[in-house]
Amino acid sequence: MISREDDVLAAAEAWREAGRGVAVATVVETWGSAPRPVGSHLVIDADGDFLGSVSGGCVEGAVVEEAGEVIATGAPRMLEFGVADETAWRVGLSCGGRIRVYVERLD
Amino acid sequence: MRLDVLKAMNAARRERRAGVMVTRFDDGSQRFVEASGFAADPLGERLDQALRMGKSGALALDGVEYFLTVQAPPPRLVLIGAVHISQALAPMARIAGLDPTVIDPRTAFATPERFPDTPVVAEWPDEALATAPPDRYTAICLLTHDPKIDDPALVLALRADCFYIGALGSKKTHAKRIERMRALGFDDEALARIHAPIGLDIGAVSPAEIAVSIIGEVVASLRRKPLRTEGRAP
Repeated sequence: MISREDDVLAAAEAWREAGRGVAVATVVETWGSAPRPVGSHLVIDADGDFLGSVSGGCVEGAVVEEAGEVIATGAPRMLEFGVADETAWRVGLSCGGRIRVYVERLD
Repeated sequence: MRLDVLKAMNAARRERRAGVMVTRFDDGSQRFVEASGFAADPLGERLDQALRMGKSGALALDGVEYFLTVQAPPPRLVLIGAVHISQALAPMARIAGLDPTVIDPRTAFATPERFPDTPVVAEWPDEALATAPPDRYTAICLLTHDPKIDDPALVLALRADCFYIGALGSKKTHAKRIERMRALGFDDEALARIHAPIGLDIGAVSPAEIAVSIIGEVVASLRRKPLRTEGRAP
């Protein structure tokens, strides 16, 4: 079965209850053609395991990396991705859209 | 994200209660407000709006940026009739993000072997639906061709404000169905909510193709307009 937003958040709760460090990433804004709608979640643990998606695969790697920092420090971060980004060659959105992703630790 | 807030939201979802999680970006504060508590919340009106649209989103108000995470119950798909079309429809529904249930009092049809991974209830629809009443996040498909089984479900669906009601059968069959429902006191507006013949007109022939046409119609009803509001008179 394909995981839905609710399964992803249920997993976040279960992971945290099991004592794992967990971060929740949420798409909070999109411009133009964006692969995943506002409200989509990616849940990440301290080991870099993740569930869900914020972009259908384009920028998950970068979000997981940032999530590691968020889990370590506890300070939430707002990330922005788009083709205009200088790192576009690495983590841009090929569809031409732009997205803003909020990453916070689950405490 | 606060674990207690997430727990409250996950618990509401499990019990099919709607609500909105409010996150303030400036101080990171968070709360989950159930629909029943909107009236008492300072952002109540905005939360109600977001829930009606069924869309999470950012909100800027008086110089403060918020994010609203909408928690609406997962749409349910109730299939009346453990028939061939239902066998194709149930797995398609799951892939599309709907929660299917099959109801059929005929025990020869309603067997787990015919419906792996789908809850099957071998009871009359009015009994089966009494324990899990349809709500505005429920779609109901009448697929038995048998008024004895379909009609009790249809009566409940019409009273319950389901976002989709579809009925299998020819125009002639449907005309008779409309007559029976009118005799029970349902008016034209209520009866116009029934999609019949069921499914989008894609020239479907096989049971699986008909299932595709039904799934398409259910998704259209779910997404094209906001869900029907609660509180329709029975």
